[in-house]
Amino acid sequence: MILLLAIVVGSLYAGGLYMIMRRVLIKLIIGLALLAHASNLLIFTASGLIRGRAALVPAGGSLDFRQVADPLPQALALTAIVIGFGVLAFALALVQRTYQVVGSDDLDQIRSTDT
Amino acid sequence: MNSVLLATAARLFKPLLLLVSVFVLLRGHDEPGGGFVGGLLGASAYALDAVTRNTGSARRKLPLAPHVLLGAGLLMAAASGLPALLQGEPFLTAQRYEAALPFALQITLSTVLLFDAGVYVVVMGAALLIMFTLGEEQI
Amino acid sequence: MLHQVRLALPILIPLFTAVFCLLGWRSLRLQRAAGVAGSFLLLAAGLELLRSVSQDGIQVLHIAGWPARYGIVLVADLFSAMMVVLAGVLGAAISVYSVGDLNARHEIFGYHPLSHVMLMGVCGAFLTGDIFNLYVWFEVTLIASFVLLALGGTRGQIEGALKYVTLNLAASSLFLTAAGLLYSAAGTLNLAALAEALRGPDTPAGLATVLSMLLLVAFGTKAALFPLFFWLPASYHTPPVPVSALFAGLLTKVGVYALIRVFTLLFVTETAFTHNLLLVLAGLTMVTGVLGAVTQNEIRRILAFHSVSQVGYMIMGLGLLTPLALAGSVFFMVHHSIVKSNLFLVGGIAQRLGGSFELKRLGGLYSAYPALAMLFLVPALSLAGLPPFGGFFAKLVLIKAGLEAENFWIVGVSLMVSIVTLLSMTKIWAEAFWKPRPEGRAPGRGGVSSRLWIPAALLAVMTVVMGGASQGFFDLSLRAAEQLTDPSSYVRAVQGSEP
Repeated sequence: MILLLAIVVGSLYAGGLYMIMRRVLIKLIIGLALLAHASNLLIFTASGLIRGRAALVPAGGSLDFRQVADPLPQALALTAIVIGFGVLAFALALVQRTYQVVGSDDLDQIRSTDT
Repeated sequence: MNSVLLATAARLFKPLLLLVSVFVLLRGHDEPGGGFVGGLLGASAYALDAVTRNTGSARRKLPLAPHVLLGAGLLMAAASGLPALLQGEPFLTAQRYEAALPFALQITLSTVLLFDAGVYVVVMGAALLIMFTLGEEQI
Repeated sequence: MLHQVRLALPILIPLFTAVFCLLGWRSLRLQRAAGVAGSFLLLAAGLELLRSVSQDGIQVLHIAGWPARYGIVLVADLFSAMMVVLAGVLGAAISVYSVGDLNARHEIFGYHPLSHVMLMGVCGAFLTGDIFNLYVWFEVTLIASFVLLALGGTRGQIEGALKYVTLNLAASSLFLTAAGLLYSAAGTLNLAALAEALRGPDTPAGLATVLSMLLLVAFGTKAALFPLFFWLPASYHTPPVPVSALFAGLLTKVGVYALIRVFTLLFVTETAFTHNLLLVLAGLTMVTGVLGAVTQNEIRRILAFHSVSQVGYMIMGLGLLTPLALAGSVFFMVHHSIVKSNLFLVGGIAQRLGGSFELKRLGGLYSAYPALAMLFLVPALSLAGLPPFGGFFAKLVLIKAGLEAENFWIVGVSLMVSIVTLLSMTKIWAEAFWKPRPEGRAPGRGGVSSRLWIPAALLAVMTVVMGGASQGFFDLSLRAAEQLTDPSSYVRAVQGSEP
């Protein structure tokens, strides 16, 4: 399972970086979203997978840490997802504005501030 | 979008969505759910309005403007940390208050719930702000 | 009650200020009043924090009473406290300036709440004792800053914002990746616990170094380190002057702060590789930044490239990793924030009086407005490192540390770069102030509100004071640097205060 998820994480990174390098605005956003997903999944995978156990210790149950999932990476991934959601929504608004102002979705046209 | 089906359904769904969103918020106290999900559900009630008619109509139906919602939610969440200071405990330490209701009912109020309600309002405000901004720039 | 909240105040004050601005959305007067009052309160809270840290040592707040391994901690050592004070100083100066400078179009779309959300993110990043929370505060700062950057919506601003957002978001996902891997390697994200775990026998040294490189790329992008600085000169010159000044003073400092924090606390086992790499990057950053500045002919673009160049000096002290060198870095960071914000503010006044930011179109400012010329000269000479201003002493400390470490090439590079910096400041002086006003250029709007003059003048006075009382500033920086080079004091403070 770890191997499968590792491959998925790797493909997400590769796909994200590839999309960022394209010349179209909206693909840039897709690339950034893929990168964010890749790192979320990586947090989740790298901290160890436990199958079919929630991160809850039943009342009166024993505190055997190998038996329950680690809640912290789940909390981290959740926080990162929420933040990613917010940032991407703003980025999307910005891309839309860019398209209106520049009149093109070609990233090579967007260089009036370059030096 | 001019869909009669969607518009009719939206009228029925809007109060339902708002009710469910509050239910999810309260349930989040010790079961899956919570302010974030609740806030998104609540925002979707008004988003339906924006989709079926236009963002202007959704804006008018919203009791408070989205950025005021943002501010109010942040205020609630931040204020939930203050009661702990009065007890001399670190900022944001959870406080519980037992309140007796008529008919021998007991209810426990906590600052955690206030925090979660703050999150609910913030998420609702932020989601609607983004949606309205995106929706209005297209016109 | 004060000690329960003292550490949280620099985060809470901007938060409540932003909330008041949002609730009073319709009234610009209320937003302005709240904005100015909030920044001065932040400054007061920062000074109180600095006083208490310098008296009682490193302070720790366990939020909600959870122990450090599970909960969120705020930690303030001298370095953090100094940075918070700096945020307060710049916030206060710029909030007053913005009231006089901004037009209603910027203010109506939320300049005041956003600038305080950004201050909150910056202070949160300075105070957090947990690497994941550092990520969260980075994102808070990022969201606020890129909306600020795009406020007004001119083509240049939108294009600058797009580059800024893309590079910073890519850096953020790298940061998140590194945080996830750190957690799986060490089982904690608390900085103090990580410092112990990474030194322990369970973590292979190679892994720590790989992770440090991931963080170097992530923070290096935020700090505008060579070769990751391209977003900065593409975006800093586009927004309104107060936003530029706020960014120049604080945004890159957050990246530099994070670099200094992790490369003094966490990754100090393979310094032969990591810190020498930092030193090389510092040298390259200095040179590319200053060469970029020399080629420019617009005040704000010149200043933006100098920001890149000066980041090199801050990282130079980190690369040398002696108490003296780090003291130089800390001193330089404080000095540079004040001076660079000041230069942007003065540039804004020059644009109002002279009608342009372009050097070609400016001229005759010295004969028309000698006070403005003096106001420019103080931070400009300090930036170039001439005595008797603060910049001279900051560079002196760094160069002395470089000589003591026998790293002669970086000393040579930094001296060369100082000369070129002086050259490029002379260019602004000669073009904008000295030469006669170009033919056919009408003078600018004439009168400039005192709300613009006073903050710029106060920041210039601070630069002079930093030169005059340099011994006091140096002693404070040295004490901060000694705390930084002795990570065990940080670890002890966090673990000793467990609830």
